Amino acid sequence: MTPFLLRRIGQSLVLLVLVTAIAFGLMRLAPGGPEAVYALSPSMRAEDLARIRASFGLDQPIHIQYVKWATGMVSGDWGRSYRDSRPVRDVILDRAPATLELTITALVIAIVCGVAIGVLGALRPHSASDYVATIGAMFALSIPTFWFGLMVIFVFAVRLGWIPSGGRSTMGGDDSLGDRLHHLVAPALVLGLVLVATWSRYTRASLLETIGQDYVRTARAKGMTERHVIWGHAFRNSLGPLLTLAGLQLPFLFGGALVTESVFTWPGMGRLFVDSLGYRDYPVLMGVLVVTAVLVVVSNLIADLLVAFVDPRIRMR
Amino acid sequence: MATSATAPPGQLAATIPATRQGEVDSPWRIASRRFLRHRLATAGLIVSILLILSALFAPLIAPGDPLRISILDKFAAPMTKGYLLGADEVGRDLLSRLLYAGRVSLLVGFAAMAVTVIVGTIVGLTSGFYGGRVDAFLMRFTDALLSFPTVFLLLVLAAFVGASLLSITLIIGLTSWMELARILRNQTLTLREQEFVQAGRALGATNPWLISRHLLPNSLGPIMVAATLNVANAVLAESYISYLGYGIQPPEASWGNMLNNAQSYFNSAPWIALFPGILITLTVASFNFLGDGLRDALDPRSRR
Repeated sequence: MTPFLLRRIGQSLVLLVLVTAIAFGLMRLAPGGPEAVYALSPSMRAEDLARIRASFGLDQPIHIQYVKWATGMVSGDWGRSYRDSRPVRDVILDRAPATLELTITALVIAIVCGVAIGVLGALRPHSASDYVATIGAMFALSIPTFWFGLMVIFVFAVRLGWIPSGGRSTMGGDDSLGDRLHHLVAPALVLGLVLVATWSRYTRASLLETIGQDYVRTARAKGMTERHVIWGHAFRNSLGPLLTLAGLQLPFLFGGALVTESVFTWPGMGRLFVDSLGYRDYPVLMGVLVVTAVLVVVSNLIADLLVAFVDPRIRMR
Repeated sequence: MATSATAPPGQLAATIPATRQGEVDSPWRIASRRFLRHRLATAGLIVSILLILSALFAPLIAPGDPLRISILDKFAAPMTKGYLLGADEVGRDLLSRLLYAGRVSLLVGFAAMAVTVIVGTIVGLTSGFYGGRVDAFLMRFTDALLSFPTVFLLLVLAAFVGASLLSITLIIGLTSWMELARILRNQTLTLREQEFVQAGRALGATNPWLISRHLLPNSLGPIMVAATLNVANAVLAESYISYLGYGIQPPEASWGNMLNNAQSYFNSAPWIALFPGILITLTVASFNFLGDGLRDALDPRSRR
């Protein structure tokens, strides 16, 4: 296991360097560069601007700037927001819990519903219910998340008044658990819908493939109960691809969260990102971009290690 | 097949109409037969053709000018004042706007797909064919791009580069080629060891020749599937960034930007939010069904 572990961790480190380098390069595309905000001020003189550039280290070669910035990131200095001069790290950490609350709830909904639908489909392939589930999943994958959110708000908040139309808790309310849940339900379901579709499709495909394997036939031939065959043999062996999916789905999940947060005015990192775009708050943009990408790389690593842990065939390769 | 097993030999031949005598089933024929048997894919094909036609002939079909403002008719309900689907916040005809918006959304969808396919194919084939360092470099770069949530990348690029039809198309195309590249790379790794490629090499074929004449034709299946699914993804991506205000800019309509302010008119005109979303969903779903059907039809492992 150790060589596999080391190789996989090494790959992830290389990936982290690449990802951060790309994010860093991307921010240099910003119109006017990172100092653009200061250049806007009418009282700004050319020599002051040059001093600001120098203090940012912008007069140095790009690779040195990158190394300086990366060391800063690692040691916790993520720069300061242009908008309110707060440390970027604090700004992001303030918003992270809301995003995690939303994404984790959506993921749990997706896994529970998706796996259940997928297993049912694999047990009775090409039945009427399987057909309906397949079509439903395809439409769920095709609905723009923001529009689905708008429709949910229109029907359940504007017309029926069952749910609040946005936010994470009632302004000036008692901030109770019930109130929080009341606000969480709709955005989590909206974000979860697409994921349910992906999970059910993957579960169905993966389980159908394992059900066709020789050892499943052997298990049946030995006279095992169907329940034992499915859950003890087939499902366990189709868990690998599902674990990988959980890791691979993360970028998608964050992207969906950004849109859902925008529709439901949910105070998470996605909304922070959209707001910062409007304010041209480059340090915060960069921070959010790097945090999400690093989370993706790390969770892919964890998923791969878990897969190798449950499936010895992987780590032998 | 219980009946044909007991039938006399003459009838047995008559029960197999799939291949006419003297005709060999080509892979494309098998694929198209399987595809047409796939009812959902066929439905997807029909709907997407209809959508493309309505976009192409929008000036002929549209009842009015999509940009003509008539403030008196603002928020006219569907089927009133001569507006089939109603009017928006400044009294523009919604149906005409939807038709013209379809042109923009589908144009971006297809053009971005072309960018995706070109970049994905070049990267995938190069990586798989040359292997070694080239492969390692290209695939690590692919992995790195895949680690970013696409919506974040799209928004940053659109905000920095500036929104125009061309820039939005390029941005969507350049952020979605990675999966195709990976698929083609893995397939090329096995293909390049096959005898026909080795034979070509032994005959002195150059690398570009081998790639364009042997590997590319054998990769058309996955490329077609990816192309179809990518139209769906690109239409969806355009709607996301346009909805958030960084995509296609008004007064030019796209399905995404028509939803941009829809939330503020929920009380006076909910239909403004309804129709563009239905069209996006319909478009994306039909291309997804189409791509799924193509995948089943072209997959050599599923001989049905």
